[in-house]
Amino acid sequence: MSERQMTCILCPNGCEIDVRWTGTPTDDTIRVEGNLCPRGVGYALEELTHPKRTLTTSVLVRDGVEPQASVKTAKPIPCESIETARREVATATLDAPVTIGQTVVDDVAGTGVAVVVTRAVPRRAAERSAG
Amino acid sequence: MSEPKRHTDVAVIGGGPAGLAAAAAAANAGAEVVLVDRNPRLGGILNQCIHDGFGLHAFGEVLTGPEFGERYVARATEAGVDLRVSTMVAELSADRELVCTSPGSRTRLAASSVILAMGCRERTRGMLRIPGTRPSGVYTAGTAQWLTNMANVRVGRRVLILGSGDIGLIMARRLTWEGAEVVGVVELLPYPSGLPRNISQCLDDYGIPLYLSHSVTCIHGVDRLERVTVSRFDDDRRPIPGTEFDVACDTLLLSVGLIPENELSRRAGVLLDPTTSGAQVDDRYMTNVDGIFSCGNVLHIHDLADWAAEEGARAGVRAAEYAAGGARREALDLVPIEVGPGIRYVLPQATARSAKRLLVSFRVVEPADHRTAEVVAGGRDLASLSLRHAHPATMVQIEVDCGDGLDAERLEVRLR
Repeated sequence: MSERQMTCILCPNGCEIDVRWTGTPTDDTIRVEGNLCPRGVGYALEELTHPKRTLTTSVLVRDGVEPQASVKTAKPIPCESIETARREVATATLDAPVTIGQTVVDDVAGTGVAVVVTRAVPRRAAERSAG
Repeated sequence: MSEPKRHTDVAVIGGGPAGLAAAAAAANAGAEVVLVDRNPRLGGILNQCIHDGFGLHAFGEVLTGPEFGERYVARATEAGVDLRVSTMVAELSADRELVCTSPGSRTRLAASSVILAMGCRERTRGMLRIPGTRPSGVYTAGTAQWLTNMANVRVGRRVLILGSGDIGLIMARRLTWEGAEVVGVVELLPYPSGLPRNISQCLDDYGIPLYLSHSVTCIHGVDRLERVTVSRFDDDRRPIPGTEFDVACDTLLLSVGLIPENELSRRAGVLLDPTTSGAQVDDRYMTNVDGIFSCGNVLHIHDLADWAAEEGARAGVRAAEYAAGGARREALDLVPIEVGPGIRYVLPQATARSAKRLLVSFRVVEPADHRTAEVVAGGRDLASLSLRHAHPATMVQIEVDCGDGLDAERLEVRLR
């Protein structure tokens, strides 16, 4: 039997959970203790088989009131794709105005998950011409 | 030229989660509400908190900070709140007159109720009195977060973080993602002060070591930070001689606590609680000054923005009630709520004897498993809550049903 302790990251409770399983971890072979809610079981199974995280970072914005907009992956993506995704997002530039929910990348790092804007950036007022 | 002077039912100072939620709730309760914020953008600190984890309590979904803030801006806008940005409150008087300054104007605003929602600021190197030189490269974690997420400035390449507060943990991951090397997090206490899930997803995921019972004892470098000395500390929080080691780094982030920003409150005569550094309030969130209410991080430091916003909404309703002719403080028979064994602070610090229901917020002194928190009145248990893990990093709330009112001289919150 295999055993692992982990912290569930799905909510601020941050349950310290004990996970035990035999052979390949599946819904049937996994036993989870210490979770305050049923979502802990799903988290433990995912963490053992294909852990995922949400990437939150920034992209450059041209002509915005701020130089960058914040973005996130619309869903958690595999941990091993985080670094590739981050590099891909870092090459993107948006033109202001930028709105919440706007797509930055359709399919980041081949995960099938989009990267979307999380902070709107209005367009900067045109500077008055000198003359 | 005379200044335009006008009156509103409720004036809210600060447009972060607490202030926005308070303004929306007050407006929905029928009050005319003006909200004033010194920044050009509403949402307060949420705008730079681009990580996710917000909103699970308030909206039942996981949001980033800016998205969470936008929900409350929308609520306040829909509720008809007069939102004034780039406007700083320069003065607040005990009779609830605000002097507001904004580019090119200075206005007075009289309010029947004022809600303090100014938030907090970070403790700095100067407050810690860390010896050594004064090179560049030493930032508070929130300043580094603003530079990274709002101003597109790279803060450094090799980073040590002092303090295991949540902002520092979040920045450990953020700077790793930005290509910096985060060499460790150093915490004076024998336990981390941030949320367990942030230890897991921000440090453990990236193999960043956490040094508990350690702190920075010297800063070295002439123009730019070159290295810091780290020492082990004993239980009395004194450095243990001979345990020093040097860490090469060009950047030191300080995530060592937050202080409610109460300068305006003090000048208006608001009494503060020495433990929270926030106002002393009654069950309506009203301070000792009639018609001045307080909520969010200016009242006490919250671990979640969701709780700060909920508190704001509760204060907003009560401020609207007061503006519509609610009871003055002297008309109430106030029962003190005292801090008992195992408890660091309690909010509110007093309640009206006539209160039917009461929400008590508190923090414990130190981590402990399997404890019960109790609210007692004259030897009688009013409410209790079992805590599997009691931790100072987590604010706890207990709802108390006071029945037909309280007959005790005082209430006490205690841990057993």
